[in-house]
Amino acid sequence: MTDTAERAPATQELERVTIRFAGDSGDGMQLTGTQFTRTAAVFGNDISTLPDYPAEIRAPAGSLPGVSGFQLSFSSSEIHTPGDEPDVLVAMNPAALKSNIGDLPAGGALIVNRDAFTPANLTKVGYAANPLTDGSLAAYSVFEVPISTLNAGALQGLDMTNKQMDLTKNFFALGLMFWLYERSMEPTFRWIEAKFGKRPIIVEANKRALGAGYAFGETTEIFHSRYVVPAASLAPGRYRQITGNEAAALGFVAASVKAERPLFYGSYPITPASDILHQLAGYKAFGVRTFQAEDEIAAIGAAIGASYGGSMGMTGTSGPGIALKSEAMGLAVMVELPLVVIDVQRAGPSTGMPTKNEQADLLQVMFGRNSDSPVAVVAPATPGECFDMAFEAWRLALKYMTPVVYLSDAFLANGAEPWAIPDAAALPSIAVPNRTDPQGFHPYDRDPVTLARPWAVPGTPGLEHRVGGLEKADITGNVSYDPDNHDLMQRLRHEKIARIADDIPDLDVFGPPDGDLLILGWGSTYGAIRSAVERLQSAGQRVAHAHVRYLNPFPANLGTVVGSYRRVLIPEINLGQLLLLVRARYLVDAVGYNKVRGKPFRIAEIEAEAMRLLAGEDAASASRPS
Amino acid sequence: MNGDPGLAGLSAENAAVITLTRKDFVSDQEVRWCPGCGDYSILAQTQKVMPDFGYPRENIVFISGIGCSGRLPYYMNTFGFHTIHGRAPTIATGLKASRPDLMVWVITGDGDALSIGGNHLLHAMRRNVDIRVIMFNNRIYGLTKGQASPTSELGKVTKSTPVGTVDYPISPLTVALAAEASFIARSVDTHTEHLQKTLDRAGHHHGSTFIEVLQNCNIFNDGAFRDFTDREVREDRMLVLEHGAPMIFGKDRDRGIRLNGHQPEVVTLGPDYAVDDLLVHDETDPLIAFMLSRIYWPEFPVPVGVIRTIDRPTHDQMLTNQIEKEMARAGTPDLQSLLDGGETWIVE
Repeated sequence: MTDTAERAPATQELERVTIRFAGDSGDGMQLTGTQFTRTAAVFGNDISTLPDYPAEIRAPAGSLPGVSGFQLSFSSSEIHTPGDEPDVLVAMNPAALKSNIGDLPAGGALIVNRDAFTPANLTKVGYAANPLTDGSLAAYSVFEVPISTLNAGALQGLDMTNKQMDLTKNFFALGLMFWLYERSMEPTFRWIEAKFGKRPIIVEANKRALGAGYAFGETTEIFHSRYVVPAASLAPGRYRQITGNEAAALGFVAASVKAERPLFYGSYPITPASDILHQLAGYKAFGVRTFQAEDEIAAIGAAIGASYGGSMGMTGTSGPGIALKSEAMGLAVMVELPLVVIDVQRAGPSTGMPTKNEQADLLQVMFGRNSDSPVAVVAPATPGECFDMAFEAWRLALKYMTPVVYLSDAFLANGAEPWAIPDAAALPSIAVPNRTDPQGFHPYDRDPVTLARPWAVPGTPGLEHRVGGLEKADITGNVSYDPDNHDLMQRLRHEKIARIADDIPDLDVFGPPDGDLLILGWGSTYGAIRSAVERLQSAGQRVAHAHVRYLNPFPANLGTVVGSYRRVLIPEINLGQLLLLVRARYLVDAVGYNKVRGKPFRIAEIEAEAMRLLAGEDAASASRPS
Repeated sequence: MNGDPGLAGLSAENAAVITLTRKDFVSDQEVRWCPGCGDYSILAQTQKVMPDFGYPRENIVFISGIGCSGRLPYYMNTFGFHTIHGRAPTIATGLKASRPDLMVWVITGDGDALSIGGNHLLHAMRRNVDIRVIMFNNRIYGLTKGQASPTSELGKVTKSTPVGTVDYPISPLTVALAAEASFIARSVDTHTEHLQKTLDRAGHHHGSTFIEVLQNCNIFNDGAFRDFTDREVREDRMLVLEHGAPMIFGKDRDRGIRLNGHQPEVVTLGPDYAVDDLLVHDETDPLIAFMLSRIYWPEFPVPVGVIRTIDRPTHDQMLTNQIEKEMARAGTPDLQSLLDGGETWIVE
């Protein structure tokens, strides 16, 4: 859609632009990307972002492992992904150039900080010759800007060291991009003042850097055109920019307000879930109690203790933490207390690639406990939807007195999009199976419809009782080793989760109700799948998209949906986990499209795979579980 | 409990003066420990002291881990939660942090607390979580039928260590002290009066409370403490601590502990040493507490009683203060303005 290579002297209008900022992890690329995103969002564009940063906080300066990137797409039409490839790459040093240039399509614009292309920096990343002069970048529109020098000049006279001055050069780059895309610097000026207000010299330096970048754009003649991306026609309403982790934290608080029960969050720091802890720690005014535990096990233990006491006990982590919490999740299954377990998935196994994306914990949260130990599992598809599914996780946990896993991932957690702010008053209230009447009380008596047991919390006179991890006798909850009772209780626990299927929406199908191909997805692959299906449909293909938000139990109509198409394709950033469940459950010959590169899918690769299937060929990779 | 929607005032309704007896704390479940087990006495003393604290039954919660001791909550007619191995302090922490109005006890053993759950014990203690941990120390794994525990003596022959354990034991009291427990005590299962008194003091303390109860497992480690706890020898071989009193022991009250330099030694009162030469117990002195945690039979009499107690704000108090302060500052929380966040824009 974008064609930055086509240059006209005046301002040119584009539908969509994708920019990638790349630099050292100390260069402030995440901040630069975030500021540009905010500005675009406030302007009214649809936006989608992909932060991509290393696990090392400060890898050696100028090295390849230290490269941090932030890709954002902004558009005047609705978009679902941060873009398959950038139209513009801003590379702050040779390392950033080397590790990102492969993603820039021929004709793409490349803006580099020429000052960083020193012999030492070039050698560090294995460039034998300077790519700016050896002709290897001939396929791109290259704009060499001596960012460090120009920025230092703009900061002349400020009482700062050269090193301190250099730390502001990301704002110079940002200012230049604001000029190039005709964006106001005001939102960023306001942000700088709010952020560094107590340190006037830092405020001044950053504002000067930003302004200097903008002014450079105006005075230089190297750019032949400026570009505008008009505001998008989003549905009417009030919007803000939001990441998945932010939206989730808000959803959990909203659920607490609507259930009229306090939220308790026990967590141990882990990437990429920690931001939820940071966020919730700031919501004390809503009665939210946060607890940074000594380990993952203590975090879930405390959450179970809080739920036992009548609060909404919740814990959050990533895959390795789920492994540690699994025994306690089993306890919550046994004692049938409400609990929400957040899994913000990352690339594994083991420590894996902590900052990179993957959706390979589905089978772990489904089955990673001893015995038959069913829990409900929900998964948001977009950053904004993290709010809805967080709220929904609590609705189910409280109504059914069960642990619910909220399955997000690094891409959703850190990615941002414009979010239509919900009307708080219109959110439904959440009923809890609270018990206060001692008359005829039994701890394992069940609601005939939901099979939930009563929530009888300490402090309620006459309801003193004992629960625990030992098998419970039906109704009384006393310890029981009776064989038939155990069989009954296993089935009751299973049935309780299964009945949730009657209480969740049917799977929504985008496209024809039957046809040649259904692409079925879950989680953060939504955007790429939806965009691919839109393209295929425009090309006249009978292709539909359905996205599963409820992974356990599945929506009641899932079997019918997957049975209505000639082929079913399940793209996943794992080696075929939903595929395994769907094939096992519905005996449908679905095939997978699986890539585990720590990155989201591109629209084009899903589209290509779909085309292959439509042409009657077999799937390209890992088609069926073996 | 301000600011806890839904739970506010739950226990205020129960504030009426109540008179309960031991019987009120006996549940309808049949007690199933081995006949002759020290756990019976600990259960009985625990039930006996409960009425002293003035809490209604429904505001008392017993939380246990795994092991023989873990069954105790089933026998208390209070709220009870038999959790998983080693994790009782975590569940208790979450409960107390969210329900400051409750009185929370943790029942654990030497394997549960010091082996699989060691980390949780440390952190519950250092946070000064207002929970009372009773650790049954029988120096053996009983429920799994007799393997060495973290408090088993070096060289101990058990099913898992047929030619003797090569692991050094740890001192539970030293661990509690290093973890900054604000109340540390030791007692003995069969010394019922002393045990009651110790539990009573523990129940009146606010903060992380650790009580080591020397408990005889008559099946897998019978007589582990007999050398100094038996009736005939106990006065000569145990030191009963009293705050502010000199450290005197012995049937004839003729021996004591004094400091020689910074080393404790046992001396006999008489021509060479007078009462004034003896160390005076101070429950607030960490150095005395450390010394007491390190001395043991046969070199020294075994100290029992309150080793240490200090007052400092508890975890739940500090957390609640933060919440209340923040609520007072922010006024009535408004969900809509939270959702709106900072920068918003309108699409017409």
